[in-house]
Amino acid sequence: MTKTLAVSVWRGKEEGGFVSYEVPRRDNQTVLDVITHIQRNVDHTLAYRFACRVGMCGSCAMTVNGKARWTCRTHVSQVAENGKLELAPLANLPIVKDLVTDMRDFFDKWARGLGQFKGSRTRKDEFEKVRPDSKARMAADAGIECIGCGVCYASCDVVSWRPDYLGPAALNRAWTLVNDQRDTQLVERMKAVAGDAGCHSCHTQGSCTERCPKQLAPTAGIAGLKRQLMTTPAGGK
Amino acid sequence: MKRTNDSRARNHAAYWAFLMHRVSGLALALFLPVHFWALGQAIKGTAALDGFLQFADQPLFKFAEWGLVVLLSLHMMCGVRLLLIEFRPWTGLRKNWITGAVGFSLATGMAFGLALIR
Repeated sequence: MTKTLAVSVWRGKEEGGFVSYEVPRRDNQTVLDVITHIQRNVDHTLAYRFACRVGMCGSCAMTVNGKARWTCRTHVSQVAENGKLELAPLANLPIVKDLVTDMRDFFDKWARGLGQFKGSRTRKDEFEKVRPDSKARMAADAGIECIGCGVCYASCDVVSWRPDYLGPAALNRAWTLVNDQRDTQLVERMKAVAGDAGCHSCHTQGSCTERCPKQLAPTAGIAGLKRQLMTTPAGGK
Repeated sequence: MKRTNDSRARNHAAYWAFLMHRVSGLALALFLPVHFWALGQAIKGTAALDGFLQFADQPLFKFAEWGLVVLLSLHMMCGVRLLLIEFRPWTGLRKNWITGAVGFSLATGMAFGLALIR
């Protein structure tokens, strides 16, 4: 007889509940494999989101046994407790259906934190030389690998407490651009990330840094923005 | 209503450090009015203050005082950790400082306890 997993999956929207499924346990099985099994073999109406399956796109993030994580890079053996799994959509985001969340708030906040690069050179100019060992380049490097999966945003209590808070991902993005010597929007960006809904709201609970699947440290970036605000006041020149 | 996190998402060292810092801070803030009231007895004269100090010289108050010392040292060390994260260009959650904060306040508590029983 094959071993099985007892899987509770969130069904519905914000109003909804957990539904139990039995899924055969296989070797090297990921949590995404489990969800795919349910959708293909048990209930075709289950909605979930994934694309690359290898931890590059960041679209399969969900709440697994209470913690936000990528389902594609999470082996069942890492998270199952007594053969049980609980799968829910990411916290802090509106639910579209079942395990799918509406990520608009999350990405709109990247834009609000001025997450777009704006340089001064054109393609006709020389390349700007950025020293790889410069302090700013290394600080930008530390946060640049973010793929926007929303795990940090879903893990952050401050986002739950005040919904207008920009959140760790948007602030981490802002910090990488503050450290990009080619970017020309420093003062505007500092204005965008200062204030109650910006970096000063962070309580340094560290859930973003603890849960980031890329091992980035938004907490450090947010602290960096606060320090930057001492030298570049939001209303300054 | 969006879904929110429960204790499973919060169960990690940095969140515990946040809670220790916040709860110790609130408890110390609650103590402050009592502290000022006690000092305020001096306005009424030496007898009033001495009377209160004598009244406070009993085991329950000594235990509360021990609690205060532990809370103060815990709050201070958690605060130092935050200052290091905020003001030093370091990454990471300084978990070694969380261990240090708990160890320091335990040691302070034991030292104070020893001084009480002499």
